Amino acid sequence: MTTDATARPAPAPSRGRRVATWLHARPRLQLRLLLAAPLFWMVVVYIGSLAILLLNAFWTTDAFTGKVNPFDWSLSAFERIATNEVYRTIALRTVGIAALVTLTDAILAFPIAYYMARVATPRVRAALVVAILMPLWASYLVKIFAWRSIFQGNGLLSWLLAPFGLDAPGTDEIANSWIVFSYLWLPYMILPVYAGLERVPSSLLEASSDLGARAGTTFRRVVLPLVFPALVAGSIFTFSLTLGDYIVPDLVSDAKFIGNVIYDNSTLGNVPVAAAYSLVPIVIMVIYLLVARRLGAFESL
Amino acid sequence: MVESGWVRIGLRAATGVILGFLYLPLVVVLIHAFNESPFNEWPPTGFTLRWFGEAMANSAIPPAFVNSVLAALGATAVALVLGTLAAMAVQRFSFFGRDSISFLLVLPIALPGVVTGIALSATYQTVGIPFGLLTIIIGHATFCVVIAYNNVIARLRRLPRSPEEASADLGADTWITFRRITMPGMRTALLSGGLLAFALSFDEVIVTLFTAGAGTQTIPLYVLGVMQRPTQLPVINVLAIVLVLFSVVPVYIAQRISGAEAAGARV
Repeated sequence: MTTDATARPAPAPSRGRRVATWLHARPRLQLRLLLAAPLFWMVVVYIGSLAILLLNAFWTTDAFTGKVNPFDWSLSAFERIATNEVYRTIALRTVGIAALVTLTDAILAFPIAYYMARVATPRVRAALVVAILMPLWASYLVKIFAWRSIFQGNGLLSWLLAPFGLDAPGTDEIANSWIVFSYLWLPYMILPVYAGLERVPSSLLEASSDLGARAGTTFRRVVLPLVFPALVAGSIFTFSLTLGDYIVPDLVSDAKFIGNVIYDNSTLGNVPVAAAYSLVPIVIMVIYLLVARRLGAFESL
Repeated sequence: MVESGWVRIGLRAATGVILGFLYLPLVVVLIHAFNESPFNEWPPTGFTLRWFGEAMANSAIPPAFVNSVLAALGATAVALVLGTLAAMAVQRFSFFGRDSISFLLVLPIALPGVVTGIALSATYQTVGIPFGLLTIIIGHATFCVVIAYNNVIARLRRLPRSPEEASADLGADTWITFRRITMPGMRTALLSGGLLAFALSFDEVIVTLFTAGAGTQTIPLYVLGVMQRPTQLPVINVLAIVLVLFSVVPVYIAQRISGAEAAGARV
């Protein structure tokens, strides 16, 4: 302490300092102040709009303007979805493709994730993580656009297939959306599976082979059960992202998905039908998330 | 190592093939930007820089670009503030429902994008909020919060509390300690979280289509519009390079700043 400091009278505490001291004695109030804004946003803005969406499903639209009549209660949107075969076909098609995409990505992700986690040197591993993150973040639309130019009649695929006397698939095939979805969401599967494989202790694999298990048996009985939660964690993304996409089916195929029905109905002035139909992916994903949590996937996220 | 030589060779080959698959479309777009053919023909019919000139002269692109940047900046700012507040609450206090906070924050990403889009769009119409840049920012901020939150909370977990306690013991009040100790510790996490949020918002189209309304264009909305009426395909190839750079460069910087887990925050 310098003499200088003691010579002067202590300055009156500033306003900020008084507030700080007052707050310091009230940790619960601090917590409330910290949580107020984020909770307001997520609960009022986000959960609130999900609630309003649900209400919209029970309202009617004006026949002429297409505008929603709020608080005019009706079950007509649900009736329309329940009685029209098309809505069921589209829901089943979407879930089927989402499951197929998830399976494809799990199969494609495993070798590269395994190579990264257990074969590659640390430097190669770090480089591979970056090499997988870059296409994950590279523009979503650009990647779809690229696939469109690959599939189109005079595109890359037609050039590759021509020597075999085959034609390009064009931009109408539903198989295109399977390929493009699998492509788009593959990094979302690779990264959690890689993290899961990295956590598998080498000693377990050595013990398995010392006890006489062949590579295939070790993989099936030791590696797969340990990595399963990570696979489920990755599948949440591959499944949910496919379930909620309406751009890919529109641009590379002519088959409608759940997202297309929701988007088309909302823009063509039938918000109640769009709202009612959006309960399909919501319910599916809530069940999926609950099952995933039971399987321990959330610890692998 | 348990893996036999053949298994390792097989894994290496598979890794190469999958990396090729991941990069093939990006390379194709890059080549088409210089392809003379206006229909994205393969093999390319010749080399040209014409499409770059046409993209520069296109009068629809600059306003869309400005909107994209403004939307991304707004969403990033909101996401950083909300994500940091939530991360500090979860990391430093124990309270009822603490485990639900991260679930609540990840919900806009875990639920299908079309659901977030239609929910916000129906709400804007019901409440009577006019569509525009503000409605886009609200939508983007909602799913960007979790990215900022993940980055900040990962950093707070690693930061020791002792410098803050020392600061308080030496007479600094909460604000000074936050400004001089906590904030510098979080700075790079905020920067990388902000870059990732910016990249995610700049590129977003599924929620944006629902929340933009008719009058507001962003770069992804413009690109989508042209893709549906294919009259200017080559210009999209040029824009594609811009879009890829605007998402990949921030992510690469974020990755260099805070390591692998940062950019994995989207996952």
